Amino acid sequence: MAETNNHRKLRFHILRYNPAQPGDEPRIQTYELEEAPGMTLFIALTELREKLDPSLQFDFVCRAGICGSCGMMINGRPSLACRTVTKDLEADISLAPLPVFELIGDLSVNTGKWMRGMSETLETWVHMPETQRDLKRIEEAMDPALAEEIYELDRCIECGCCVSSCGTARMREDFVGAVGLNKIARFRLDPRDKRTDADFYELVGDDNGVFGCMSLLACHDVCPKNLPLQTQIAFLRRKMVTTGIS
Amino acid sequence: MKIIHTDVLVIGGGLAGLRLAIGAKRRGHDALILSLVPAKRSHSKAAQGGMQASLGNVVKGQGDNEDVHFEDTVRGSDWGADQDVVRMFVNTAPKAVRELAAWGVPWSRVRKGDREVIINGQKVTITERDEAQGLVAQRDFGGTKKWRTCYAADGTGHAMINAVADQAIADSIPVHERKEALALIHDGGRCYGAIVRDLITGELSAYVASATAICTGGAGRVYRTTTNAVICEGMGHAIAMETGVAALGNMEAVQFHPTGIFPAGILVTEGCRGDGGLLKDVDGHRFMPDYEPEKKELASRDVVSRRMEEHIKKGKGVKSRFGEHLWLDITLLGEKHIHTNLREVWDICHYFLGVDPVKEMIPVKPAQHYTMGGVRTDATGQSPALKGLFSAGEASCWDMHGFNRLGGNSVAETVVAGMIVGETIANYCDDRANEPSIPTALVREFLEREQAKLTAFTKGGGTEDASLIKGEMQDLMTTKVGIFRTGADLEEAVDKLQKLLVRSRRIGLRSSSPGANPELVTAYRVQRMLKLAVTIAYGASVRTESRGAHFRSDYPRRNDAEWLKRTLATWKGESDTLPTLAYEALDVKRMELPPGWRGYGAKDYIDHPDTPERQKEVEAIRARHADDRFAMQAALLPYEHLLPPGLRGRNERIDERF
Ligand SMILES: Cc1cc2nc3c(=O)[nH]c(=O)nc-3n(C[C@H](O)[C@H](O)[C@H](O)COP(=O)(O)OP(=O)(O)OC[C@H]3O[C@@H](n4cnc5c(N)ncnc54)[C@H](O)[C@@H]3O)c2cc1C
Ligand code: SF4
Ligand code: SF4
Ligand code: FES
Repeated sequence: MAETNNHRKLRFHILRYNPAQPGDEPRIQTYELEEAPGMTLFIALTELREKLDPSLQFDFVCRAGICGSCGMMINGRPSLACRTVTKDLEADISLAPLPVFELIGDLSVNTGKWMRGMSETLETWVHMPETQRDLKRIEEAMDPALAEEIYELDRCIECGCCVSSCGTARMREDFVGAVGLNKIARFRLDPRDKRTDADFYELVGDDNGVFGCMSLLACHDVCPKNLPLQTQIAFLRRKMVTTGIS
Repeated sequence: MKIIHTDVLVIGGGLAGLRLAIGAKRRGHDALILSLVPAKRSHSKAAQGGMQASLGNVVKGQGDNEDVHFEDTVRGSDWGADQDVVRMFVNTAPKAVRELAAWGVPWSRVRKGDREVIINGQKVTITERDEAQGLVAQRDFGGTKKWRTCYAADGTGHAMINAVADQAIADSIPVHERKEALALIHDGGRCYGAIVRDLITGELSAYVASATAICTGGAGRVYRTTTNAVICEGMGHAIAMETGVAALGNMEAVQFHPTGIFPAGILVTEGCRGDGGLLKDVDGHRFMPDYEPEKKELASRDVVSRRMEEHIKKGKGVKSRFGEHLWLDITLLGEKHIHTNLREVWDICHYFLGVDPVKEMIPVKPAQHYTMGGVRTDATGQSPALKGLFSAGEASCWDMHGFNRLGGNSVAETVVAGMIVGETIANYCDDRANEPSIPTALVREFLEREQAKLTAFTKGGGTEDASLIKGEMQDLMTTKVGIFRTGADLEEAVDKLQKLLVRSRRIGLRSSSPGANPELVTAYRVQRMLKLAVTIAYGASVRTESRGAHFRSDYPRRNDAEWLKRTLATWKGESDTLPTLAYEALDVKRMELPPGWRGYGAKDYIDHPDTPERQKEVEAIRARHADDRFAMQAALLPYEHLLPPGLRGRNERIDERF
């Protein structure tokens, strides 16, 4: 257990900006806080807001690394704030909102809006034929190993860390990002989805999809769920090149 | 005044709200979802362990069916559940899993042949049938006779909400994210929608609808130590109660989960114990068999949580600077199992505790977990008091959980209730007579009233601090309205909560920043949370018995003679400091399973006068239909007429082929 803390003074350097406030300018504001045992950035920011600055904006929901709400730049790197433990950081901690996404205020960005747009573009749902299944009958069998593989790619929490680390996403507004490419890989794997490679090519076979990706793989390094983004993007790119040619 | 019109206004974008909206939309009605956060970030996402449905695919689930699921659920509820609703639920749950399978949920699947599992601390080999290969798998959970819990590794809620939210996108259902319903628009008899605050701009608008559904999840954040997400503040409960008409049912029924990690309160799933994990004390001794020889670690949650607290009180807790805890030992499950089936658990232990659960034990202590109480509805999901108001999921008291919910029955309830109530709402909207003639003046009145309340925080000259009051409330609830309750503690809590409520009317803000303004959000929510807190504490102080999760040390027996009834709470006047309580009796003469011993926990209870007679009737009916379980069930408690036509009918299983 985290019993080792000797009450360091932490200094949080936070990028502040409230777009709703006319005339407000982006600036770095510094707060001091005494570290507590087992402190996460969720605990620290909550305390900052309760005690020092009630106007500070940030997003947490599950505070357990599951929901994807709390992506932010922590010392320059996109990560989940809720499961970042302060004892793993230096006493000076810099926090900024994720780039690429629309800023709501301070550390809060509108990833939800971006993700909904991406989902609509890529149609990230199982495309089944119109005929309705009879729900009273035994379900269709699926190979257990395949179910696990799909689950593996389905673990994405839409936190946006990959998008924020991506050079292409910064330049191209409509780039679907590693999160989008991973979703296509996930549905391509799923036998319940009846789309063909040609259909998927329509969705991602351009510069806003696989061909916009520069394969520098920053996304892979920052994904907090350790999704195999590198393999999926490479695979998809090879697949889409051949689909595009044929 | 900005007004947005829709047919069905769904407040809440968790599993219940999403599934309900899809149902209404597919029946041709426009549905619009409001959510505090993007839908996929709703609390449903956090469900790890799984969803109960009596598929009977795995060998250890063989022989499972609706009847067994029904009995487990009613016993689990400590006879507080509405048995009609439980019947509707158990019949629909297999259909719900199968629908989700078709929508893309990557359920873990059965592998035929031998596999090693841990049962009761021992390694056992079980052999799955060939014909089960590739079907949806089940694991063991507390309080169930069969292995019934379907799962996608330990990210079940995540996988479910991904699939359902994506279906909602496929159906072009708009989700207005970062929007909060502040009040229901109503005239005392009918609900017309809600006043809504934009959590980005701070702007208020009115959403007007034929039907309004509250699917806002639980209220765990009225407690200090809870497994619930930070948005589970019970605002749906509160705005329903603030109508003064709609009632909340059984708010004193609050569930504590045995394995919140200590001290953060983040949950590790019951699947840990279902898969064979053991609870141990300071001496490394496995203590649950001493208390509950029948079900051991897998008794229902209320029982296990109480036994843990009892064991700590006996001096067997592990002392730490944050207080005392016990251990959950899953090391015996082995590395492979933990890295595949309990990955989220591994992640949580790793990131939040710096513990590797493959090698080390996990510090745990019971934490608030589930809100059994909610917006009281009838079996079709409609408020009996306020026309046009519906509710589903954790926010509702539909009432299939009674005084204690079984693990895996909640995410199952969200989708099942969504399927059922979605149809109810569609029927309601189909009926021309229910088309609202919108009283614009009323809408304006509500909007202005809400605006005035917000302005009062910044301009009213109040001096009380919202987060301090919130903290005091949470501490009171955790220390005085927890797992063990006494009359004295509860009365003290009611008294202090009332005082806090009065103080909360004088909250002032330090920051008047435009837009989101988090301090303002805390301010208006804490007032409402206090109403819920006092309702929980007051209901608990009046209920002088122990039932399910509601345990009174001074009245340790379940008392069916006096308390086989549901608490209904309404909030009559804005200046009140207590809810008005009323009681709704459960009819023993109609019960398919009359009250008795649960099969675990205390054997000691006071019978209802009608129980022996009903018991005799039930036995006679059972004997008459001994050879046909469907005929027997129909004779005991006819319920199918309550289900929408598309959801009626038997469920196919390997052992019950059509
Ligand atoms: C950690 C954890 C693990 C769990 N594991 C399991 C499990 O394994 N099996 C199981 O069966 N159950 C489990 N549960 C319980 C289960 O997850 C929940 O009961 C269930 O998901 C609730 O779903 P819901 O749709 O009712 O509400 P939620 O998913 O909580 O959704 C509520 C929605 O309402 C919105 N909302 C709230 N208030 C407002 C407002 N005023 N205006 C607008 N929108 C609002 C929120 O934004 C959200 O979208 C678990 C619970 C926890 C805490
Ligand atoms: S792929 Fe990884 S980094 Fe990207 S959104 Fe999903 S979980 Fe986050
Ligand atoms: S590999 Fe592609 S998607 Fe990933 S960060 Fe680089 S450009 Fe972006
Ligand atoms: S708050 Fe949910 S991932 Fe951090």
